[in-house]
Amino acid sequence: MLKINQLKKAAKSALVGSALVVGAGFSAAYADEASVAKGHEIAARSDRSDNGFISSEVSAVMTLTNKAGKTSTRELSFKTLERENENVGDKGLTVFSTPRDVKGTALLSHAQILTPDNQWLYLPALKRVKRISSANKSGPFVGSEFAFEDFTSTELNKYSYDYVGEDTFGGLRVDVVERFPLYEKSGYTKQVALIDQDVFQTRKIDFYDRKGAHLKTLTFGDFREYDGGIWRAHTLEMVNHQTNKSTTLT
Amino acid sequence: MKKLAAGVILAAASSIEAAADFDLSGSLGAENRLFFEGPALPGQLQTYQGSLELELDARWSLADGKWDIVAVPYARLDGRDTGRTHFDVREAYVRFNGDTVSVRAGLGRVFWGVAESVHLVDIINQSDSVEDIDNEDKLGQPMIELSVQRDWGLITGYVLPAFRKRTFPGVDGRLGFPLPVENDLALFDQGADDSADVDFALRYSHYFGDWDVGLSVFHGASREPRFVLNSGATAFAPFYDDITQYGIDVQYTNEAWLWKLEGIIRDTPFETFAAAVGGVEYSFYGITESGADLGIIAEFQYDGRSENPLIAPFTVADNDVMTGLRYSANDSADSSVLVGVVTDVEDASMSGIVEATTRFGDNWIGEIEGRFFMNVDPDNTLFGFKGDSHVMLRLTRYF
Repeated sequence: MLKINQLKKAAKSALVGSALVVGAGFSAAYADEASVAKGHEIAARSDRSDNGFISSEVSAVMTLTNKAGKTSTRELSFKTLERENENVGDKGLTVFSTPRDVKGTALLSHAQILTPDNQWLYLPALKRVKRISSANKSGPFVGSEFAFEDFTSTELNKYSYDYVGEDTFGGLRVDVVERFPLYEKSGYTKQVALIDQDVFQTRKIDFYDRKGAHLKTLTFGDFREYDGGIWRAHTLEMVNHQTNKSTTLT
Repeated sequence: MKKLAAGVILAAASSIEAAADFDLSGSLGAENRLFFEGPALPGQLQTYQGSLELELDARWSLADGKWDIVAVPYARLDGRDTGRTHFDVREAYVRFNGDTVSVRAGLGRVFWGVAESVHLVDIINQSDSVEDIDNEDKLGQPMIELSVQRDWGLITGYVLPAFRKRTFPGVDGRLGFPLPVENDLALFDQGADDSADVDFALRYSHYFGDWDVGLSVFHGASREPRFVLNSGATAFAPFYDDITQYGIDVQYTNEAWLWKLEGIIRDTPFETFAAAVGGVEYSFYGITESGADLGIIAEFQYDGRSENPLIAPFTVADNDVMTGLRYSANDSADSSVLVGVVTDVEDASMSGIVEATTRFGDNWIGEIEGRFFMNVDPDNTLFGFKGDSHVMLRLTRYF
């Protein structure tokens, strides 16, 4: 059961970084300036709908399903400390409580925008803290279909954007925005995000790999509203179309 | 804003622990060691060694996580080696977790350092050498630990009011010494027993961008003993000299490269020497469709201590090169394999390790560990182990 233990919110603060402009040059070659600006604006509105949460604590069960349908689970908790400056990443701590042999293993990450994150791993059996390379953002996170880069908070300025159009998803009117990772070692060339027009939450993301092939789909569900208009999904399902494996966070 | 946020996350951290006031977990493992050759010394076990190990881990969290109480008893029952059958309390402490200050009292376990092939800087805990000759298993150390976390780093001070003696195999155990080591005969600079002696340590650690740095100083009885013959020349008495040791450990992390260096200067009653280990770890990511990683490790080990056993404890890692490969499957079973060879630059004596691990289901871990001694020169410290190459198969149930 994905459970939000704590979600602290600051007094409504002024939006920061709104003067930021993402140059069209970063984006897909044929994107025109207007659709780039609109794509960024929609993404920024979605990102800022989440602003001011200060810190959150989530406990979740990760269920890994292989192509034969066999499952294994991991229980973990995520703590996030928000950095309001859009040019500085959030800080996150992930702690595992199962499987039992890795109980207490913790991953601390200081997200960066365009350079590799700073990450430290705590190994409880040895009481050892190891600074680890985070160049491998596209690698699988603990054997799941999530990549490390899917987990580090989706900072606004990690992408350039392009507005595609409107659509309907799950009975909601959504904006369709393509986003292009600026980090050169990203495992993706493109992501297509559906962001609803009501509360500006990302409902679905399609991921395209380095060859441009459709790799994965992430679907967000069970949205609930927290104090001060902060929305959080309570189920996340990532399906890998190339391996037919999937991972859910509930 | 930043300060407020830091305060809030600490408050948040408290509440999650309040949800789990008491937690008991543990593991039970069955181990089978197979030696490739018969024993070199009379009385030692033949080629098969079976043993069981049990560890319990009890944790209480009180007052919204402000206080922790932890108890981790450990026992090994060995079928062949009487010296390897033993009980220890790995951890048993009370800790107060303040906003910037934390205090811990009891039996604790601490790790310092960055290197893979030898741990020079790590000195707080005594090695539980009967577990494995890699000295990564440690005995619980009585301590009072005070930590202060500031923006500019973490400072930790230790008062270590009692000494733990290193464990050694019994006369029936393999991987032993030409004569049995009798801990009852242990000698100290401070007299017959160091239990009354108090050791001290201080450490500073922090990160600066891509650099992680640790500085440490230790004063007290060396964790490494030298061996002195007893009066009848029938056994070794371990002699734990009083030392002062200064340590530095640095890691530079850049993309897929990890650059590591550990260095010490140790001042003993007989000499002052330096030792260092340094090297690199480079990872190739996503080498398979399923996202496996392959890391290459290379480290050079240097130790300037005297080779006279009456002056300094023996070391294997005096002028050696370690090369290794680490394969991580990144699968749901967290499967991994580590293969390494340490070669002496002077005489080409070699020791090899293989460590492989995977999970079965949710609660079982299977491990294979092999240690191989090859081309060992008669003058090399490893010569006593040359017939003790073995593989170990361990199955552990976690609960």
